[in-house]
Amino acid sequence: MAHLDTAVARRLQSVKNIIIVLSGKGGVGKSSVSTQLALNLHASSPTAKVGILDVDLTGPSIPRMLGVDGHGVHQSSDGWVPVYADGSDARLACMSVGFLLKNKGDSVVWRGPKKNGMIRQFLSDVRWGDLDYLVIDTPPGTSDEHLSLLEHMAPVHARLSAVIVTTPQAVALMDAMKCLSFTRAVNLPILGLIENMSGYVCPCCGEISNVFSTGGGEEMARREGLTFLGSLPVDTELVTVLDAAEVDNSRQDGAEKKGAEVLQRYGRTSSARLFRRILESVVERLGEVQPVQ
Amino acid sequence: MIAVQHSAGVPDPLSIPANAPEHCPGTESELAGKSDACNGCANQEICASNTPKGPDPSLPFIKERMTSVKRKILVLSGKGGVGKSTFTAQLGWAFAADDRTQVGVMDVDICGPSIPTILGIANEQVHASSSGWSPVFVQDNFAVIHVEGPKKNGLISQFLKDVDWGELDYLVVDTPPGTSDEHLSVVQYLKESGIDGAVVITTPQEVSIQDVRREINFCRKVGIRVLGLVENMSGFVCPSCKTESQIFKPSTGGARKLAEDMGIELLGSVPLDPRIGKSADYGVSFLDEYPDSPATTAYLDIIDRIKEILGD
Repeated sequence: MAHLDTAVARRLQSVKNIIIVLSGKGGVGKSSVSTQLALNLHASSPTAKVGILDVDLTGPSIPRMLGVDGHGVHQSSDGWVPVYADGSDARLACMSVGFLLKNKGDSVVWRGPKKNGMIRQFLSDVRWGDLDYLVIDTPPGTSDEHLSLLEHMAPVHARLSAVIVTTPQAVALMDAMKCLSFTRAVNLPILGLIENMSGYVCPCCGEISNVFSTGGGEEMARREGLTFLGSLPVDTELVTVLDAAEVDNSRQDGAEKKGAEVLQRYGRTSSARLFRRILESVVERLGEVQPVQ
Repeated sequence: MIAVQHSAGVPDPLSIPANAPEHCPGTESELAGKSDACNGCANQEICASNTPKGPDPSLPFIKERMTSVKRKILVLSGKGGVGKSTFTAQLGWAFAADDRTQVGVMDVDICGPSIPTILGIANEQVHASSSGWSPVFVQDNFAVIHVEGPKKNGLISQFLKDVDWGELDYLVVDTPPGTSDEHLSVVQYLKESGIDGAVVITTPQEVSIQDVRREINFCRKVGIRVLGLVENMSGFVCPSCKTESQIFKPSTGGARKLAEDMGIELLGSVPLDPRIGKSADYGVSFLDEYPDSPATTAYLDIIDRIKEILGD
């Protein structure tokens, strides 16, 4: 079909699975879940190639979380070279508007059409290479960015799926429902729901407090006939790993080491252990949603 | 086989106007307003002629409407979910505690409005009357305007132009996270009637602080005064052993360091109390329900300080 032969389609030809991470409300941990998903997919096999694309244009957090903050994007004859969070292994590719900003305090204030253009470029101009999984972290809600993404990826729609992240509060669940109706409207298959920030373990006495209540996500999944992928409690250790200290901008090699360090340190957190089970469900669901592979 | 891709230059996101089309040649370019990409761009005429366009026709109406509003305050945050709407609601409730004060809250977070739930008016509708749209009232002196349903262009100017607020002492505007269309619109429309300032909300961890830094630069870029910074979810007191721990560690010095670096005031820090979220889910005022919580004290101190800064 000639009309499906777009630059984006050609570029994403070598990507097997595309997972879009959505949430209705902001700050429920989309970026941290996206990062964990990418890290776990990366760790799932010694040859797995994973890409992570941050399309949160006005608040890119992925570079920070992967410890590659302050990196620049290089240009090659075959497009922009993504930043590799695992250094020379080059199995964990990352792209974000954060890499394009010279100063980390710079604010990007764009209206719809410009955002659309940037997203198209991220999809068509980045030299992702062969990828087993491309995880896409999105801004909160369902806005211009989401519509642009789906529009540009229409030619590869068969390889798309989504994960919805929510916290257990009513306000977040309500927004998650909106997100769900969006995915239904655009016919995007959902792998399942993850409940984040479900409880907090006091580091002093071990008492679990339901900071943002608990169980709401599982309940919503049951009601809507979605797979409940699992719940993740607030993990201060994880916050520390993903928030990790300053990277020296002038030293490229330093930043690379940092990225590799995040990979190692993440593996030791309690969230990593919990997420492994979530990953199993994700992979299993991927097989169900996209049987032809 | 991979088809040959054209190699695109890595763009500098800051050199191109916010609402430019995707292949904008740049406003400084000789092709500005004349290239193919310029067709249909809102700025085409300006670029082609180098003469500034006239003001938006709705501006005089908004200005007229806003003459009866004494104070206009924006609540901003870089990252989502740091407690913007919760803070907006507490600010509204605290202002409205004095029944001689008229308070309005406008929720422009069109994609994920939580204000109706938090204020307990989720089932109420905005009504149209001869003098414009009537807001929903939480109590006699506390009016709210919010939107349900699909995002509409021009909605914000309509909110500002057509809502019949009456006399207001305070109008608090709750915004979506980040710096997007909604922020540009609010600033653009309210600038002439004067925005008294913005309160910026953050949580202590660097991923949030990082976004707030961008937000403050946005305020400076568009000329909005930052009244100060509020650190939310700062520390958690275990209900069992009463030990305070940091859920979101201020790995880079938190809000205090940011305030120092950016030369703005830290209005205060609000500890995380699970009852805040619960109150929000049930749409009741946390300040009234739990007057003994350290979070209530923190909120009230911050609100007093805001009034003081505004000179009220």
